[in-house]
Amino acid sequence: MAEKARLVENAAGRLVPEVVNGREQTPYLGVGKFRPEGRKASPRIVTCADYPEDGDKQVPTLRDAFEKVGLADGMVVSTHHHLRNGDAVANMAFDAAAGLGVKDLMWFPSASFPVHANQLRHLESGVIHHIEGSMNGPLGDYCSQGKMRGLGVLRSHGGRWQAIQDGEVHIDVAVIAAPTADPFGNAHGLDGPAACGLLGFALADSIFAEKVIVVTDNLVPFPCIPWQIQGNNVDVVVEVDSIGDPSKIVSGTTRITRSPDRLRIAELAARFCEAAGIVRDGFSFQAGAGGTSLAFAIYLRDIMRSAGVTARFARGGSNRYLVEMLRDGLVEYILDGQTFDLDGVRSMREDPRHVNTSPFTSYNYHGKGNFASMVDVVVLGATEVDVEFNANVVTHSDGRLLHGIGGWQNCLAARTTMLLVPSFRDRIPVIVDRVTTLCGPGELIDVVVTERGIAVNPRRQDLLDAVRGSDLPVRDIHDLKAELDRLCGVPSRPERSDEPVAVVKWVDGTVLDTVWRVG
Amino acid sequence: MGTTVRGARSGPTGDRIRSDLVVRYEPGDGPLELRIRSKVGYLYGEAIEAAVRRVAEAFGAATGVLEVEDFGALEWVILARVEACLRRAGFEGEAVLPARAPGHDRPRERERLRRSRLYIPGNQPKLMLSAGLYGADGIILDLEDSVPPAEKDAARILVRNALLALDWGGAERMVRVNQGEPGLEDMEALAPHNPHTILLPKVEHAQTVADIGVFLRTLAGDDAPFLMPILESPLGIHNAYEIAAADPLVVALTLGLEDLSAELGAPRTPEGWESFLARQTTVYAARAAGVQPIASVYSGIDDPEGLEAYVRRERALGFDGIGCIHPAQVPVVHRAMAPTAAELEKAIRIVEAAREAEAKGLGAVAVGSKMVDPPVVAQARRTVALARAAGMLDGETEASDG
Repeated sequence: MAEKARLVENAAGRLVPEVVNGREQTPYLGVGKFRPEGRKASPRIVTCADYPEDGDKQVPTLRDAFEKVGLADGMVVSTHHHLRNGDAVANMAFDAAAGLGVKDLMWFPSASFPVHANQLRHLESGVIHHIEGSMNGPLGDYCSQGKMRGLGVLRSHGGRWQAIQDGEVHIDVAVIAAPTADPFGNAHGLDGPAACGLLGFALADSIFAEKVIVVTDNLVPFPCIPWQIQGNNVDVVVEVDSIGDPSKIVSGTTRITRSPDRLRIAELAARFCEAAGIVRDGFSFQAGAGGTSLAFAIYLRDIMRSAGVTARFARGGSNRYLVEMLRDGLVEYILDGQTFDLDGVRSMREDPRHVNTSPFTSYNYHGKGNFASMVDVVVLGATEVDVEFNANVVTHSDGRLLHGIGGWQNCLAARTTMLLVPSFRDRIPVIVDRVTTLCGPGELIDVVVTERGIAVNPRRQDLLDAVRGSDLPVRDIHDLKAELDRLCGVPSRPERSDEPVAVVKWVDGTVLDTVWRVG
Repeated sequence: MGTTVRGARSGPTGDRIRSDLVVRYEPGDGPLELRIRSKVGYLYGEAIEAAVRRVAEAFGAATGVLEVEDFGALEWVILARVEACLRRAGFEGEAVLPARAPGHDRPRERERLRRSRLYIPGNQPKLMLSAGLYGADGIILDLEDSVPPAEKDAARILVRNALLALDWGGAERMVRVNQGEPGLEDMEALAPHNPHTILLPKVEHAQTVADIGVFLRTLAGDDAPFLMPILESPLGIHNAYEIAAADPLVVALTLGLEDLSAELGAPRTPEGWESFLARQTTVYAARAAGVQPIASVYSGIDDPEGLEAYVRRERALGFDGIGCIHPAQVPVVHRAMAPTAAELEKAIRIVEAAREAEAKGLGAVAVGSKMVDPPVVAQARRTVALARAAGMLDGETEASDG
């Protein structure tokens, strides 16, 4: 551990460090309580005089690019995760940085994937000092075991934009993998061997980073249209053989879950939306690409079809099923944050009603509104939910880092937030007395749908009233918890260390909870 | 131990085990050593060890090494797997039974809806955990075809524990036992734990059913479970009525078309002409014996349209229910078993007329100017019951108590 920070109790009753990676922190104050001050951060002013008039910013290799932008010890290097587990660029970047002998970098990915286990050796060798971004798999274990020199910082997609614009994180060098780009640095994700749809997670990086490097394997002559990333923000362009493995970027087909329990959960959730009067003309919804969410979207589609209801917009993650709903007129717009399959990519390329969005428009809490709060209903997963409806999405019940936050925290702003979760997984109860790590305050979580019944937050008397008289298995959450205690046995409380390894930020940049060392 | 004990193992194989466990026993001279690894050890380590120890003590396993590799099994599964391993190792003792689930002692009902019966393999506890949630009229824990021969002993113990510890919802508690001697052993182990109905595979002679009836009454007296013989061969079809009428414990008669088609040398087709006589015979035999005719399973789990057509066709032949091999089939079956609005309307008129006639002390029932015979009234009552189960009646209809 680089520092032994003092711990304070925040408004959620969680112990959090006052200082994280050398920066003073504000402990979580409650939903909507923190008032930001000051002005947004911005990169240094530059001049065209320093850039080629012919617009050609290419250098031969990533190493050349790093030399050109002056990569140095201790800098912050960012990457995006639109290429998901097929990404080759983040690994390439740190391999190149290692080749230059640079040390103590902070890696600031918008998310990391198992493929990024490559960075373990750079953590070990000192090229990377620490990671601020989601960590799972081997990287999650490395952090959980307290091996990282700095604290991990887990932020939501909206929180990452907020941290960049508020100057909490100053990106020195952004490395942007681009499925298509021109020599000037204009880039998009719609075409090319590694097409991923959009590049919204890299947008803040391109605007706020001091230096921006675009890496592409599909160089086209100027102009690269549409310019999802604007070359006017880009310093250097590098052409490489391949930026990633297409088969791991988007799936060719989207598969619906076959698990009877998950199907039941999805169906109960969709029927709840119908019974509660949420499914009505002009409504909006968000369902992710996970197995249960996807099944939910399909049940919802069938309900919409038989009721003759059209949604004004659906928030993506887009996939084949959402695209079909757009095509069939069940949905008027898809506001997309990332595309999960090839149908999504094609639709975004061809259909102007399939809109590419960024965390700024969808999620950023320090803006003049965002559309997450306009979504009527969102369905999400969780690793744990407690009887106060607080939820955990980042750690396993034993405290190990398991998932990133993604857009999860930001989505809680929806009018109705539903968690679709099994009541237990291999004897591990999902409904618990107290969540291992707090990621979402219970006051924002309205409904928990399990295969054994639906628990409605008592704060949502309106929903309880609306579904009264339906045949849905609505149950008190304590009652569900008692059933799990009978089925699984009452779990003992695992011991936790008192050594922080990471913190969970709330959407406003305050510190919501601490992840403690395990093992 | 006086007898020789040997190395033994129980539990599933493979590298994707979930909600289950593997148990190994190795004989040895030293005091019994427990080696327990569990993915949920941080939550349930002590509970797991206590459960393993209870079984070891009950079976007098005081020496050797007992190794448990747990992947999040519930306690009743742990108790069953450890017992199976120790029995295989040659130990004998009194079973350690799990805590009873609510409803484990719910009484059986002769006349009840048997629209859907959901088959669950008897050696896969993971698939049993939610079985009671899907609304099937019956759940069948299967000891026969879905359990390989080498796992029969362990599955019997698992199913016994499931009869005690599993929440079956409102479903009829059914078990399909093995044929012949192993089947008798199955029934001996399970009869004390309130199975509602035993499915008897490949019955060919009435005497088989009669003998089993005697055997079950010896085991459980008045609490002997009901029987549902399965006809799976030409001979069984030939003897259908005698089988259905062989013992008062028989409540339903069903048939297994996969095996029957194989024996006939006539592969199953979507149209089903090859089994038409068998299906008709089953319905006739069951009705003649006063028990419910239940149709065979539909094996296409990804084909709800095909299933729905199948159910409507079987219902039209006179069957009261269908076998399901996946929970997703249950709502489709219930929908397709529901009467049409016109059928329901007619049935309600008949049931109400019958009630009026009864109130007036009249022997004959008339609907409009037409006389209605008792079997028609009985069928109308079944139709109303089906409609109520399908949610077509809100309860205010007079006939709904029919």
